[in-house]
Amino acid sequence: MKRKIIDCRRLLCPMPVIRVQTTVESLPDGAQIEAICTDPGVLTDIPAWSRINGHKLIEAREEDGEYIVVVEVDHGMQ
Amino acid sequence: MTKQRKAAALISGGLDSLLAARVIQEQGIHVEGINFYTGFCVEGHTHAIRKKDRQKEKRNNALWVAEQLGIKLHIVDIVEDYKQVVLNPKHGYGANLNPCLDCKIFMVSKALEWIKAKGFDFIITGEVIGQRPMSQRKETMPVVADESGAEDLLLRPLCACNLPETLPEREGWVDRQQLHDFSGRSRKPQMALAAKFGFEDYAQPAGGCCFLTDAQYSVKLADLWRARGSKQYEMDDIMLLKVGRHLRPAPHFKLIISREEGEGNFLRGYRRQYPHLTTVSHPGPLALIDGEVDEDDIELAARLVARYSQGRSEEEVVLAFTDIEANQKELKVRPLQPHEIPREWVI
Ligand code: SF4
Repeated sequence: MKRKIIDCRRLLCPMPVIRVQTTVESLPDGAQIEAICTDPGVLTDIPAWSRINGHKLIEAREEDGEYIVVVEVDHGMQ
Repeated sequence: MTKQRKAAALISGGLDSLLAARVIQEQGIHVEGINFYTGFCVEGHTHAIRKKDRQKEKRNNALWVAEQLGIKLHIVDIVEDYKQVVLNPKHGYGANLNPCLDCKIFMVSKALEWIKAKGFDFIITGEVIGQRPMSQRKETMPVVADESGAEDLLLRPLCACNLPETLPEREGWVDRQQLHDFSGRSRKPQMALAAKFGFEDYAQPAGGCCFLTDAQYSVKLADLWRARGSKQYEMDDIMLLKVGRHLRPAPHFKLIISREEGEGNFLRGYRRQYPHLTTVSHPGPLALIDGEVDEDDIELAARLVARYSQGRSEEEVVLAFTDIEANQKELKVRPLQPHEIPREWVI
């Protein structure tokens, strides 16, 4: 499974969401994006953005003071 | 079969844009949302910084609105281009440094570019005539439509009946009879419509959608421009204006002093960009120094920071000064007393 890691440390919401959004545009269905963030807001914002836009949230967790969110791309019937 | 018409809705996260989008959805139009991120948006930032705010439930209102509507939301980063709007607004500022009319024009022009690129038919906003003193007046409605270049592709569903017909109405894509004629500052019609659609728990921003409507914030931004001798800003500048206590003991430097742990952590992220002071002998804040400082300035800054530490009533407080190359030196100072801190220092 292709997984792209994006470093969103020190970015405040909604910048991490915008990064995920831009990355999603360049990836095919089924690819995964792992965003590593320091703003805890991403634990709600990235899942909300994914739900709205039809992408699949794989996980959202805290790890050593950082917040990791993994999304699987699904462009659907765009 | 008739063509499925598509509208892009400017979503700020407030009630008006939520209602405007729903009114158009009800008419069978495919709606998607656009949310512009200017750097000054109230969303997000503060909850990440202040520890006490972290406890509160946090949500991005634009995302929440899109979810209520069941529409896609495209968040567009306009931070760089937006600078010209804040720095040189053709129509001037509102009560604070909010260039609302230029901002609206700019956002609608960006939305116009977006709909052209994506093959959408028109733009909708939640504007209501008379709702806001600067940007939402009867005279400004055509100004936004004209100067953005959107002309009659811009439809305001909440007050369309008080405005000339737009293309979507003329073409019969939307039925003008089912649009609204809200005007004035009252929020009652919006609340009634929200109730009709079953929306609850929506955000009701008091002043506006961004920090530029905030008096305190605007004072700090004006101070920054004055001190730099020119109107300009970087992303870090505008983030830092949202955090901490700002004091300017001399025209050429200011201090940004954390007020609590969350702010201290946030400011720590800037310690490679700014010289800073921390207290050693007593618990106390972290303070960034913005400007060129000499030995005397550092001493004064240290005395000021000591004032905000737990050693404020002691004879002596020990602090560490660290420059941007991480060279450190220790200072022993007597904390300033309240009467030694002129009110003008506080920005
Ligand atoms: S409050 Fe801020 S974002 Fe809203 S219109 Fe005015 S300048 Fe633009």
